[in-house]
Amino acid sequence: MTWAQVFTSSVGKKITMALTGVFLILFLIVHVGVNACIWFNDGGEVFNRAANFLGENVVPRILEIGLFLFFILHIVQGLMLEVQNRSKRSIGYAVSYGNRGSRWYSRSMGLLGTLILLFLIIHLADFWVPSRFTHMSEVQLSDGKNVHNLYSLMQARFQNPFIVIIYVLGCISLAYHLAHGFTSSFRTLGVHNKRYIAMLRSLGYAFAIIVPLVFAMMPVSFYMGWVK
Amino acid sequence: MEHYNMNLTLKVWRQKNSQEKGKFETHRVENISSEMSFLEMFDVLNEKLISEGKDPIAFDHDCREGICGMCSMYINGKPHGPWKGNTVCQLHMRAFKDGDTIVVEPWRANAFPVIKDLVVDRSAFDRIIQAGGFISVNTGNAVDANAIPVEKDNADKAFAAAACIGCGACVAACKNSSAMLFVSAKVSHLALLPQGDPERKSRVLAMVHQMDKEGFGACTFTEACEATCPKEISVTNIARLNQEYFRASLAADK
Repeated sequence: MTWAQVFTSSVGKKITMALTGVFLILFLIVHVGVNACIWFNDGGEVFNRAANFLGENVVPRILEIGLFLFFILHIVQGLMLEVQNRSKRSIGYAVSYGNRGSRWYSRSMGLLGTLILLFLIIHLADFWVPSRFTHMSEVQLSDGKNVHNLYSLMQARFQNPFIVIIYVLGCISLAYHLAHGFTSSFRTLGVHNKRYIAMLRSLGYAFAIIVPLVFAMMPVSFYMGWVK
Repeated sequence: MEHYNMNLTLKVWRQKNSQEKGKFETHRVENISSEMSFLEMFDVLNEKLISEGKDPIAFDHDCREGICGMCSMYINGKPHGPWKGNTVCQLHMRAFKDGDTIVVEPWRANAFPVIKDLVVDRSAFDRIIQAGGFISVNTGNAVDANAIPVEKDNADKAFAAAACIGCGACVAACKNSSAMLFVSAKVSHLALLPQGDPERKSRVLAMVHQMDKEGFGACTFTEACEATCPKEISVTNIARLNQEYFRASLAADK
């Protein structure tokens, strides 16, 4: 069994989706953790310091390359699977099977993923591109160090209600994507023991609610003026 | 339950053969007993069509007691009709009421091409079984059934998986036309028993390979299959298949 044979089989393609998915879940934890520093409400001192730490250290920078590769792998493989799976039934049913046994979001992972991808493009153009490639205003931290002022960029960006709405919609798409993806990825990786599945299901729903909710609260907090 | 008669409108898929395009045909059936099975209702309709000199509706059936896996009708949006854990032949007309309109379609999947009307070609399943859904035993005297000890828990799980009758309802219900519930039931059944252990790696690889070759989709764990399975095979088996595949492919020697 060659590697190519493994990863081009239907089960292998799902293993790719699951492994990259789990990595992206881990990334979300780091991302939400760093961004939550805005609620220190200290004019962005802690947040800018944390963001700068990730930006200038070699380990996060290497992980960033991996993150991009895994994102692309997850997106490309996901879209290919969606197209392939749809092609397996050329003539559809007159009466649809509906929600029996399954939830709408578990059947709409392709759509939800595409919405997240659109959001991701906007999101990267908003913050990642300015921070990495174009000129960005700097701010002096309390220890005299000059760092990119991502905080003020967030503050400025989230004064626009349309941007806030797009971000909240992006987070809702993410929530439903995770509601199915979290548990499903572990089952794809072969977890079938009842006790672990029950645990992963609860953990998955909790993660799918908490993480996107915290993310969504960030633009809302700036817009509402809860953080200055 | 009280007996009653009913008049029904049936919208049935008619298709001459695999090449020609099919269409829905509407039929009225009258005085159908609530005690009849769904297939008996079709028998009544077909007798009527024959007496009128028309072509009777082709549908698959054999044992008519819910164990052979031949019957395959997609009724009002669900394989095997509205009841849970049930085959079409065991679906009785008391599931419907007077005046109902019932839409009957064949299984829809490119891997299950329509042969005629409601009959689809499910030989893809046979080829998946031929690829690895067996154990190799040298011939000779039959070994005593209890010679190899089997843990009760595993025996029960293997038996539950072995209950799969290979009807294809899982494929029909799945949005991806995936055959994973079927294949996982067969893989699990043998992987859980000592008799299946010697070939467990080659089996899962061969069966998944054949499944892909037949043109079934990939599993996305929507669990629609489990909800429609007449034998209520659990999607846990799919996760087990994934583990078997993971071990056999990624943890293989070469």
